[in-house]
Amino acid sequence: MAKIETLDANLFYGDFHALKNISMQMEENTVTALIGPSGCGKSTYLRLFNRMNDLIDSTRITGQILVDGEDIYRKNINVDELRIKVGMVFQKPNPFPKSIFENVAYGLRVNGEKNKSYIEDKVVQSLKQSALWNEVSDKLTKSAFELSGGQQQRLCIARALAISPSVILMDEPASALDPLSTAKIEELIHELKKEYTIVIVTHNMQQASRVSDYTAFFYLGELVEYGQTVEIFTKPKLKHTENYITGRFG
Amino acid sequence: MISEKRTKIEKSKKRSEQIAFGIFRAMSILVVGILFFILGFIVVKGISVISWDFITKMPEDGMTKGGIYPAIIGTFCLIGGSILFSFPIGVMSGIYINEYATNGKLVRFIRLMTNNLAGIPSIVFGLFGMSLFVNTLGFGDSIIAGSLTLGLMTLPVVIRTTEEALKSVDNSFRHGSYALGASKLQTIRRVTLPIAYPNIITGLILSIGRVSGETAPILFTVAAYFLPKLPHSIFDQVMALPYHLYVLATSGTNIEESRPMAYGTALVLIMIVLILNLLANALRRYFSKKVKMN
Repeated sequence: MAKIETLDANLFYGDFHALKNISMQMEENTVTALIGPSGCGKSTYLRLFNRMNDLIDSTRITGQILVDGEDIYRKNINVDELRIKVGMVFQKPNPFPKSIFENVAYGLRVNGEKNKSYIEDKVVQSLKQSALWNEVSDKLTKSAFELSGGQQQRLCIARALAISPSVILMDEPASALDPLSTAKIEELIHELKKEYTIVIVTHNMQQASRVSDYTAFFYLGELVEYGQTVEIFTKPKLKHTENYITGRFG
Repeated sequence: MISEKRTKIEKSKKRSEQIAFGIFRAMSILVVGILFFILGFIVVKGISVISWDFITKMPEDGMTKGGIYPAIIGTFCLIGGSILFSFPIGVMSGIYINEYATNGKLVRFIRLMTNNLAGIPSIVFGLFGMSLFVNTLGFGDSIIAGSLTLGLMTLPVVIRTTEEALKSVDNSFRHGSYALGASKLQTIRRVTLPIAYPNIITGLILSIGRVSGETAPILFTVAAYFLPKLPHSIFDQVMALPYHLYVLATSGTNIEESRPMAYGTALVLIMIVLILNLLANALRRYFSKKVKMN
């Protein structure tokens, strides 16, 4: 069974048809890159998986999105629980104005975890997983705002990991970072893939080819081509895809 | 030829620049000057009567001697009472308007009404308070009636500052919280409000200034002309500094003799507002530090 399955999904912002008849499957423990020019709907598509589009007024969705075989848009679903299972890292690092420790502990606390030693263990474990532990182990009580942009983004990844999701959505996670920080994030994605299913939106073609197993090319709200990253980047089936990847338009 | 024209333009630009900034500077100095003049005037006229007895003793001899202790206590009661009433209600309304209400029409209506509320003259609030709290609800002239009236008057300020404070919190914080499975209420309590607190405190500061100085709303609802004892419950009448000042200046038993005491009262009132503002500012700084912005 596919980890995430999309069946004929459509999304409308008011009258604007932003996603058109999208159907695709994503396997467990893989990295899928969503690429395409600005406004093609790739970020909107990503936000379907943890229902972040719910926060925008006047959106309408048809079709089905299944995570672990469960329709996440059915009635009576607990959206908070979905968001525990499907974590998200945003384009701009957005740590809370709290200490480094409290940032990572936040998700546990709001989901009712009271056990202090469990929280402590989980925070340390998550910071290690996001390769930030060595840099912050001696300043956990300091403000998260004292960290560099790249460190903040890894903190946001640790924050997402702390509540043990099985899917992690990344919305251009490195676009606001310098090349060195970007390399660290990409390394991290390689590591995380062993335990998580990752969907990443990126504008950076090299990044997509470096980190992902599968690539989906979106254009004007449609899924143009979807396949193994190696295939898409070496012998795309459609001229349109090739043009975008090689930078002839976009 | 061209360069000559250029220098001419540059010269005239420079001149108008100098004139404009000269005027701006003069205006700001004028404002500060007036402020200092008022303060200086009050201090010079009032400092002579300020003593420990003045702020801890009851008025004596038809308010021409003794102190203003009951009026000070009365003003503190009214500040505390009105904030206890307006703050929770105002902050909760502000949260509702900015965080929950999705109906644009309803929000616009609430906003229109609060703006109108802010524009009502304070004497009208006094009249309303007398009719509702003093007579209809039967509280009589009392701390509770005065506090509710003053609270009602400051409500728009608290609502607006709360709303603005919440509006200035970047949405990325909220989204980050939702993405971790937090509910709306949890997000507001743990992320949005703590970030907004320092600015909400600004509303508190403005309210304190307004409440401590207003005379009209307390005129018919709580203020006593002469009452040389302290209140025992919230249903008692009290003296209050602004009204006491009015009495001493215009309708005391011996206006000429109580004149210095009027200035002394004004000075005490100004000092109280100043000290409370400083306290509120410290509170503001405390909350800024607590949310670890940097």
